[in-house]
Amino acid sequence: MIPLSWYLIFAAALFSIGLFGVLARKNAVAILMGVELMLNAVNINLVAFWRYQRPDIIAGQVFAVMVFAVAAAEVAVGLALIISIYRRRNTIVADNIDMLKL
Amino acid sequence: MTPLQILFILVAGVTLGAAFMVVTTRNMVHAALWLILGLFGIAVFFVLLDAGFLAVAQVIIYIGAISILMIFAIMLTRRIAQDVGSQISSGWGWAAGVSLLVFSGLAWMLSRWEGFHNQMPALDPGADPLIDLGKALVSPAGYVIPFEIASVLLVAALIGAIMVAWDKI
Repeated sequence: MIPLSWYLIFAAALFSIGLFGVLARKNAVAILMGVELMLNAVNINLVAFWRYQRPDIIAGQVFAVMVFAVAAAEVAVGLALIISIYRRRNTIVADNIDMLKL
Repeated sequence: MTPLQILFILVAGVTLGAAFMVVTTRNMVHAALWLILGLFGIAVFFVLLDAGFLAVAQVIIYIGAISILMIFAIMLTRRIAQDVGSQISSGWGWAAGVSLLVFSGLAWMLSRWEGFHNQMPALDPGADPLIDLGKALVSPAGYVIPFEIASVLLVAALIGAIMVAWDKI
């Protein structure tokens, strides 16, 4: 059978790849994709801990459902912001969005 | 090696490869398609973990809604999607370093935990996790308040998204 460690190491690797995307990508949509990968890694962890540690308490799955809802809200607002910025500045390269900088 | 372990390794390899392509490929539409492949792999993991509802929700919400939204955003900012030149910023070296550091730190921390090599306990044959989840989400003794707050958050986020992306202000 599959030990818990496999899931945890997989989720850690997925989280690190997503982190690299967030830190290294120029395009704002690609940064959001990296955030999605990180959220999915966290979800895998939540469900794996639920299944291996306390399958009698359903809270692990409920929490994963909450993460789904928050991720959907985050993507909707993030993409709306990106489209709004593109309309005004004609760019979505994160380095060029520096209106708040003095 | 049981067949389940071989399946796990295959799916994990495909998912990590797809995730790597998401963060490195130059064409943004291709990145979105690789993201869809990676999200399918994660849905397979939810099935392996006996969380069937989450696997279906993953396919419907992430692949059906979020990925399509991403592709729409990429198409609406189309000039960027066909950008020539690198899509990775010049400081990618330290970004890779930080990612490797986070991964090794997580792996080290997890390997010190005594439950790291736990095997999957058998599910109570009388209990159905799907029924439990459904009851927990709507029973006052369970999680009905967080559930309702999550729906209010979604409505607020969607109205906010419309307001932010509105053309005339």
